[in-house]
Amino acid sequence: MATYSTNEFKGGLKIMLDGEPYNILENEFVKPGKGQAFNRVKVRNLKTGRVIDRTFKSGESVEAADVFEMDMQYLYTDGEFYYFMVPDTFEQHQASPAAMGETAKWIREQDVCKVTLYQGDPLSVEPPPFTELKIVETDPGVRGDTSGGGGKPATLETGAVVRVPLFIDEGEVIKVDTRKGEYVSRVKD
Amino acid sequence: MESLRQRARLLRQVRAFFDRRGVLEVNTPLLSRWGIPDPAIPSIPAEAGDGRRWLHTSPEFPMKRLLASGSGDIYQICPVFRDGEQGRWHNPEFTLLEWYRLGMEEQALAMEVCELVAELAREAEGPLANLESEPAVISYREAYRRHAGVDPFEDETGAIAEAAIRVTGTGGPLDWGRNDWLDLLGSLKVYPALGHGRPAVVTEFPADQAALARVHPGSPPTAARFEVVLGGVEIANGFHELSDPEEQLRRFRVETEERQGQGLPPVPWDPQLISALEAGLPDCAGVALGLDRLIALVLGCDGIGPVTAFPWDRA
Repeated sequence: MATYSTNEFKGGLKIMLDGEPYNILENEFVKPGKGQAFNRVKVRNLKTGRVIDRTFKSGESVEAADVFEMDMQYLYTDGEFYYFMVPDTFEQHQASPAAMGETAKWIREQDVCKVTLYQGDPLSVEPPPFTELKIVETDPGVRGDTSGGGGKPATLETGAVVRVPLFIDEGEVIKVDTRKGEYVSRVKD
Repeated sequence: MESLRQRARLLRQVRAFFDRRGVLEVNTPLLSRWGIPDPAIPSIPAEAGDGRRWLHTSPEFPMKRLLASGSGDIYQICPVFRDGEQGRWHNPEFTLLEWYRLGMEEQALAMEVCELVAELAREAEGPLANLESEPAVISYREAYRRHAGVDPFEDETGAIAEAAIRVTGTGGPLDWGRNDWLDLLGSLKVYPALGHGRPAVVTEFPADQAALARVHPGSPPTAARFEVVLGGVEIANGFHELSDPEEQLRRFRVETEERQGQGLPPVPWDPQLISALEAGLPDCAGVALGLDRLIALVLGCDGIGPVTAFPWDRA
């Protein structure tokens, strides 16, 4: 069983606390002039997303979480689960709706996602930060209005709804920032 | 680069301060055959051709040997090493300013520290340029009462642990000792509240936190030890120095046992310090000051990074 000493703590390290996997967000070292040193960490529960504080005596060890991230290609959904493939090995993984969260509404088949595996199973799936998607439904475009002010809702081919400028038409392809859920630009063919 | 220029200027000022007072600058070895067994001070070993040595964690022992051989007042500016201590205000290699004054007691030395602090703050022309040199003196007990709501001498360990858990959100396991909880409260609650507008001097530590200080008899007995806090950051720790070789030997042995108990690798204590104390250490007070911290604080930096040329990760 791998362990990490508090000396190795840093943002991004995955550790086990109370039997759950956590990601270290922040690590602060504090020590009185003479006496015990401590590491105060802010950690995110990788299953629930909850953020908590923990305090360790410096020099203590904690179990490493069997968690790693890898890029996988999205294959399809059977209506319940989502299937991903490791491009190099063709190994397939099945992600639950809980692991997918909001991700499903941004991805198309063959998109490459960042999948976090915990004990071999997908724990969370992140869409590509930027993606290009076709508009399947929106009000007709207002020609010449490039002010960008106001905007209107547009439904994308994956089901997501984003606000787009008034001049955008149905059938056009746009670039979207998936982390903010926002329109970035029009994509010219 | 500008903060490194400022740092060089302030170092000159430190030397001028001691020069005016007739304190002699000395240099003692960084690598010694002997270390310090205190379990809270982690030493870094180094392998020399003729055996293991230790990078010093402070120049205290060889400086006391110089004092015992008649050096008179001395100071030293040197890098020291403490394994694993890395953070905003910590770097495993840092610069210590350590000095000893004959015939002084800890209160007088604490005042001298504050004079140096105020002088550097003025010279730096930073956010602390108008710092008062007259410190706010507060006992360890009063500091904890006022800023953490606990009595470090009287309260049950359980009550101190509860207070610490309230402050930190979640604490550590309940098998931590009394001093662990006090240290945690001190680091997160008490010290951050001290040393604003003027330096704070914390005095009258519990006797079991005496380290290398004499103990004032009394009820409860307290250590002849002080710390100076500036802007919530501890910058200096001083003692009316312990000169009793038997008591020093007893503390080394206790610390060695504590180390063993915590499963830490042994570090041999310095028998030459005991010989020096036997030969006779003149009555003196000594203090170690974290120079990187002081320089960072008077320049208005939020950590020692900007005044360290290459921090640990890039060293």
